[in-house]
Amino acid sequence: MEQIVITFLCMAILLYFLLGGADFGAGIIELFTSTKNRSKTRKTMYQAIGPVWEANHMWLIIAIVILFVGFPHIYTTMSVYLHIPLAIMLIGIIARGTAFVFRHYDAVKDDMQWLYNRIFRYSSFVTALFLGIIAGSLISGHIDTQATDFYTAYISGWLNWFSIAVGFFTVALCGFLAAIYLIGETDEYHDKRRFIKKAEFMNIAAVVFGAMVFIAAQRDKIPLIDWVFKSNVGLSAIVLASLSLVLLWYLLIKGKTKVLRILAGFQVTMILLAISYAHFPNFIRLKSGDAISLLETAGPEKTIYSLGLALLLGSVLILPFLGYLFYKFQKKEE
Amino acid sequence: MDDFIAARSQMALSLGFHIIFSCIGMVMPFFMAVSHYKWLKTNDEVYKNLTKAWSKGVAIFFATGAVSGTMLSFELGLLWPKFMDHAGPIFGMPFSLEGTAFFIEAIALGFFLYGWNKLNKWFHWFTGMVVGVSGLASGILVVAANAWMNSPAGFDFVNGQYLNIDPIQAMFNKAWFSQALHMCLAAFTATGFAVAGVHALMILRDRNAAFHLKAFKIAAVFACIAALLQPISGDISAKDVAKRQPAKLAAMEALYKTEKPAPLLIGGIVNEKDKTVKGAIKIPGALSFLAHGDFKAEVKGLDQIPENEHPPVAITHYAFQIMVGIGTLLLLVALTYFFILFKKKPLTENRWLLKLFVFAIPLGYLALEAGWVVTEVGRQPWIIYGIMRTKDAVTPMPGIAYSFYIFSAIYVSLSIIVTFLLYRQIKMVPVLYNKTEENNH
Repeated sequence: MEQIVITFLCMAILLYFLLGGADFGAGIIELFTSTKNRSKTRKTMYQAIGPVWEANHMWLIIAIVILFVGFPHIYTTMSVYLHIPLAIMLIGIIARGTAFVFRHYDAVKDDMQWLYNRIFRYSSFVTALFLGIIAGSLISGHIDTQATDFYTAYISGWLNWFSIAVGFFTVALCGFLAAIYLIGETDEYHDKRRFIKKAEFMNIAAVVFGAMVFIAAQRDKIPLIDWVFKSNVGLSAIVLASLSLVLLWYLLIKGKTKVLRILAGFQVTMILLAISYAHFPNFIRLKSGDAISLLETAGPEKTIYSLGLALLLGSVLILPFLGYLFYKFQKKEE
Repeated sequence: MDDFIAARSQMALSLGFHIIFSCIGMVMPFFMAVSHYKWLKTNDEVYKNLTKAWSKGVAIFFATGAVSGTMLSFELGLLWPKFMDHAGPIFGMPFSLEGTAFFIEAIALGFFLYGWNKLNKWFHWFTGMVVGVSGLASGILVVAANAWMNSPAGFDFVNGQYLNIDPIQAMFNKAWFSQALHMCLAAFTATGFAVAGVHALMILRDRNAAFHLKAFKIAAVFACIAALLQPISGDISAKDVAKRQPAKLAAMEALYKTEKPAPLLIGGIVNEKDKTVKGAIKIPGALSFLAHGDFKAEVKGLDQIPENEHPPVAITHYAFQIMVGIGTLLLLVALTYFFILFKKKPLTENRWLLKLFVFAIPLGYLALEAGWVVTEVGRQPWIIYGIMRTKDAVTPMPGIAYSFYIFSAIYVSLSIIVTFLLYRQIKMVPVLYNKTEENNH
């Protein structure tokens, strides 16, 4: 049952990165769109993610619940030592979630829209950035559970070059996912071109920040290169991601939208796999050199068993319903 | 500000905020389902417009409730890591099921809000029902988790160790049913009265009376039935609390000395230093009856409980008075409404009744918040009753006060914006729903 629960956890994290990430990306894209095209972008975006956006964010809840029920030690270590970035990410989640709904459901469209838009764009950026920073911090080995001073305990664990580089890398990936998703959501030639341009821009940004992640890892003495290139899985994942990049650019020029989406999702999955596989099942790397492992800190057997059952039952109910939602609203309005 | 007090305040604020939004999200779908059903059955355009108008409110509240709920699932760890370290695996079962229920609710809401003219009309109606049912299930499950903190079960506490953990037994703890029932009825009462009151106000101002009258009737019936049932559930809760948490009951009634028979105090000023209550109306034997169903029974006072296990008495007592007082008032309103309905008098001729409903707009939520204060403050100083103290669970991170200030500012601004949006939605009803032609998103 433990394996099932861990599989669900990994799935939930991955899906949150892909679906929630694309949603953050939509805000990020809007941030980098010229003023004259913004309202169009907004409209396409709303049609595209309106029906599914609430559901996309549920994956975060699922992941966090699995953590605190099944792996409480991991959850509490994160909560204590990454308190500040988690709180900032939460502020971002609150701000963008509400601004997104408010701007659509405000019965009067006036100057308030300006405020909602600003909040939505900037908080999308901040949320993605801090999501990345948190992810980076978990593997950066800067978290010091024996720290005695405030800075070492609550700041340096996440405020380091590697975590920040991962943060910006995440922002670029989110923007990239969103741009790819939006290409398929518009019929208009100019809009399509615009989103393709955005996707290209975000892709270049992702490659640049990806390189920065490696440089920062070198600087912070994180064996990222070993993780990626010394394990077969890591290496094949990164090779597949690179190959798909070539294919992706080709398809981007051709404008094949459906395959593009799958490929972009695949690429991001491969990147996550490459980074995380080498130290799996370790979830948090600590400064002391120890690591907190999923397998070693799992809760009592009965808890894991009932959690697994709840997840299996949940997925039987959720997945078909969710699949139908995506299917039903994928076709555009006439 | 002390970090511990700041953490407690932040938690109280977050829950107090979330509870309103989640109750609305839990209850409104049922109002919509009724109105939606009437539209499908009667083809009366007003019901369709009403369903749509309400669904916009629900979308706003659901999103706000969802983000504040996400916030809470992190806050448990951000503020109370030592609690979660032990409690997570024990009381996590309802949370994992709640995750499912909440997810289904979000999916169903997607279908419902965007499904006009796209789905089979009965499937569309069904998705609206799913929103309500799964929302209600989420609420019950979360309350079951809270009930575990009041009535810990499903483990053996041996030498500071939590052994033989059984999550199912923890979920079905002794308090889950009484708390969940009381919460659900409170959600229906509070939301029902608030919604009915807003529509009553519009009828009084003679704006789109046909529209608002239909809305009023649906909400008022739900509200009044729930208000009638609530005292029964309150009685179950009181007897349950008397058995399990005598300190909480004693604080609710500011009963400093054990008495046989014990009087019920109505109102009064509590002096926590002298352990006295001044100016309260005393009903002899009534507390004995409420707590044990016998006018002569002994009720345990705070004198039988060690001083360091006393909850804050004044807050708990005042909150309890507010809750019961408002509950009684709403019960009377409900009885009056049913009397008028029974007499088949048209509502528009009874403007005073409508005014009464307008007056009741905030009351249900006040009672709901007060009830929440009773159960949470009354549990202090424990976070897990009798097992772990709240102050031992707080995060070691200093500076929580700043976090409290920031989140207070966020919640206050969100409340202002949501109120403002709602005001605009209602103001725009004539513009949005008087047209004969279709107006979609």
